Amino acid sequence: MDSTSRQIRFTLNGRPVSARVESHLDLVDLLRRFDLFGARESCGQGLCGCCTVLVDGVAVSGCLTLAQLVDGKSVTTVESLDESGELSHVQQAFIDEGAFQCGFCTPGFVMMAHELLKQNPDPNETEIRDYLAGNLCRCAAYPEIIRAVRSAADRMRPA
Amino acid sequence: MNVMRPMPAGQVGRSVPRLEARQKVTGRADYVHNVVVPGMLYTKVFRSTVAHGRILSIDTSAAEALEGVYRVVTGEDIKTIVPEPYYGPAFHDQPVLALEKVRHVGEPVAVVLAEDPYIAAEAVQLITAEYEELEPVFDEVEAVTSKAVVHEVLRPAGTFPDLKHLVGRRDTNVALDYQLRRGDVDAAFAAADHVFEHEFRTQQTMHTPLEPMVSLAIPGHESLTIHTASQSPSFVRIEIARLLGWPENRVRVLVPHLGGGFGAKLYIKLEALVACLALLVRRPVKLSLTMEEQFYTITKHASTFRIKSSIKNGKITGRRCEVFWNGGAYADIGPRVTQKSGFTAPGPYDIENVSIDSVALYTNRPPAGALRGFGIPQLVWAYESHTDLIARDLGIDPVEFRRNNILREGREQATGTAMKDAAIEAVLDDIAQKMDWSKPFDRGTGTVKRGRGIAIGFKASISPTTSVAIVNVYGDGSCSVYLSTVDMGQGSDTAMAQIVAETLGIETENVKVIHPDTDVTPYDMATLGSRSTFHMGHAVKLAAQHARDQLTELAASLGLPAGTNYGPKELFKKKYGMQAGNIVGVGSYIPEYTSPAPETGLSANVTPFWMVGGTGVEIEVDTETGHVKILRMINAADLGRALNPKVVETQLSGAALMQLGFTLFENMEYDNGQVTNASFADYKIPGIHDIPARIENDIVEAEQTNGPYGAKGVGESATFGVSPAIANAIHDAVGVRLTEMPLTPESVFRAIRAKKG
Repeated sequence: MDSTSRQIRFTLNGRPVSARVESHLDLVDLLRRFDLFGARESCGQGLCGCCTVLVDGVAVSGCLTLAQLVDGKSVTTVESLDESGELSHVQQAFIDEGAFQCGFCTPGFVMMAHELLKQNPDPNETEIRDYLAGNLCRCAAYPEIIRAVRSAADRMRPA
Repeated sequence: MNVMRPMPAGQVGRSVPRLEARQKVTGRADYVHNVVVPGMLYTKVFRSTVAHGRILSIDTSAAEALEGVYRVVTGEDIKTIVPEPYYGPAFHDQPVLALEKVRHVGEPVAVVLAEDPYIAAEAVQLITAEYEELEPVFDEVEAVTSKAVVHEVLRPAGTFPDLKHLVGRRDTNVALDYQLRRGDVDAAFAAADHVFEHEFRTQQTMHTPLEPMVSLAIPGHESLTIHTASQSPSFVRIEIARLLGWPENRVRVLVPHLGGGFGAKLYIKLEALVACLALLVRRPVKLSLTMEEQFYTITKHASTFRIKSSIKNGKITGRRCEVFWNGGAYADIGPRVTQKSGFTAPGPYDIENVSIDSVALYTNRPPAGALRGFGIPQLVWAYESHTDLIARDLGIDPVEFRRNNILREGREQATGTAMKDAAIEAVLDDIAQKMDWSKPFDRGTGTVKRGRGIAIGFKASISPTTSVAIVNVYGDGSCSVYLSTVDMGQGSDTAMAQIVAETLGIETENVKVIHPDTDVTPYDMATLGSRSTFHMGHAVKLAAQHARDQLTELAASLGLPAGTNYGPKELFKKKYGMQAGNIVGVGSYIPEYTSPAPETGLSANVTPFWMVGGTGVEIEVDTETGHVKILRMINAADLGRALNPKVVETQLSGAALMQLGFTLFENMEYDNGQVTNASFADYKIPGIHDIPARIENDIVEAEQTNGPYGAKGVGESATFGVSPAIANAIHDAVGVRLTEMPLTPESVFRAIRAKKG
């Protein structure tokens, strides 16, 4: 197989790491090498959001991002959200509202909900729907997801 | 939500968050997807490009020459491991890899094994095959009389008595011809005031679990371990052992969480292939499908339903049902769908004279199996559209007409089984009341018209099936429940832990659920057909009672007075002098059942329980575009008592929204047998913008008297009424009737144009 592998260095959930990466490898498979399985390939076309991660603070589809392109960048995955041992407000709200069933798409929704609330701390239902329109949930927990995002916004608002 | 009063002891009836909730929101839940083992080979499947053909040659030489390719395997290689490599739950008709013939586009023909998944994918492009193309058949009705024959000889598995008459039958595409005859429909038609006859069709769709199918087989010393995303680990073990001619105890099947199943991951899917490959190359072998490949693996039956009813004095006196199920190239569980759902084809109505012919057909499409409802949504679509048309034609209110004919408690269903604990009328009444059905309705203005529709359906449980469970109480009094039920998102782990907790008088959160591992967890028929709450629920309750009884006996044997306050921890310590020992409770459950008589299809006890569900919708139709907007959706179901109301509510909501996709837009499109939209780019599933502005989910107050803590299944119930409720609402809004799903804006618009002339 024609492949040029090279050493890349990047920041993964706040820590500097390096890896030998073939030119065809995608970011989801790279993360698997670090035992991070929260970003998952599902549709393989960047249409379902299951593989959502942040690269330099921007949400991307890991399945469409070549691993070599994160050289020198900062990659953040769902596993970073509870590094303190505490769940984030979004994660806790997802549990409280029952906003998932099989859980396969959940990390993608949780990541996007965090991004939404960073940009818009008090989104209305239309804004939530618009922002999460790129994530699919075959269990169709959408009504509960919308409630969870609203609830997380309430929890995060300064008292 | 109409939640009934909570259970007194407080563990069942409580909205406990899912036990695995934390792992799921942190991305740390276990899926087969995550499993990697040393020495593992990755695989990629080479698939047929023709719908029906004789294999002339397969050239794997270029693929084998690619650096990093370990081996390329064809059907002939599989025969060195399994001489008769045909599998399936109802028919042994599906080869592990194609042999002699291919029967649908996308059928697995060869497999590349490589050290790297990217190399396997590249190598598969280098394989070529030559076929002598045969005439294909794609339509289920054409398949009845078609000259094209998908399987020359029928090969029923032999485990089902009602398939025995099909053994060795030749040159037919009819895989099962189920019949039910009750009373005299012809006489009813002759004596009727009115006779109505319609034909309804449904399209082929796919489950698209977001975790695509994945299996990993690891060969051991005279043994095999399979990690698989399966809804039926016990069946996988039995079927793999049968293929290999091994005892069951040499095959170990493990299932962690599933990223959705919906019926797609039942029976055998990839397991036979990875098992054979692992034994062939003596290395671990993993096969992960892409989303596209899932469309070639299992689907939901397309169907044609011809329904004819006689009416006398406002009552349905006779009904003839002819249902044709497009089973695709391999039977999978299609013949079960044909029979087990077929006998409910007349709907939840009290009809004296009934005739049912439910026919499973082979065609040259990808196989069809079970998908959330097991054929019931296809049937309800037809009989509730038909019922609505009759009511409209007779000038009777559709709810009133249903009420006049509804199947009430104690009355016999078409099979002759008396209805028990089936709150059909309560479900109808609940929806009608929520919709203010008897009050005037705003019909919209200008080019946007409004309408409303209602539909109800019911389903029997697939019977008779067995579940076994173990409850193990440890030396410190903590406990685990061991079961082969698969939690694919429906919340079975939590529900089963609640049953253990309720029975033992402990907290649900302290019960550990041991996931399916056939070396450890006992037999369960499968996680399908909303059977787990009832069947496994009973087994778990019995196992917990057995453990509790043994604890009572232990206390007595230690000379403690009855009703003593000692907990298990103290009892163990008193007996063994230290923290040690186990109490193992075992429970096994199979309901009573009477097989339908072969000639009439009648049975006095065809199911241990009935699932009842219905949907009401208020919609808007844009007459200039045909676009349908769901303004409000009400789903109601009788599920007995809710073990976990919150999980139940999400099951109702999720089932209805999934069916909404099948109703409005999901459709596998074909070009000469090739699926042309097998990806999320072209095959749209419901997204967050597709959900109705208002959605309500009602648990109708009811009790399943023979159910564990009064409960029964619920995973499918809210799918039943969605499609016909929407079609009925479209009719109500703009006066046109759609008889073919999906109900796309284009089809609505064309119908409006056709009506205008």
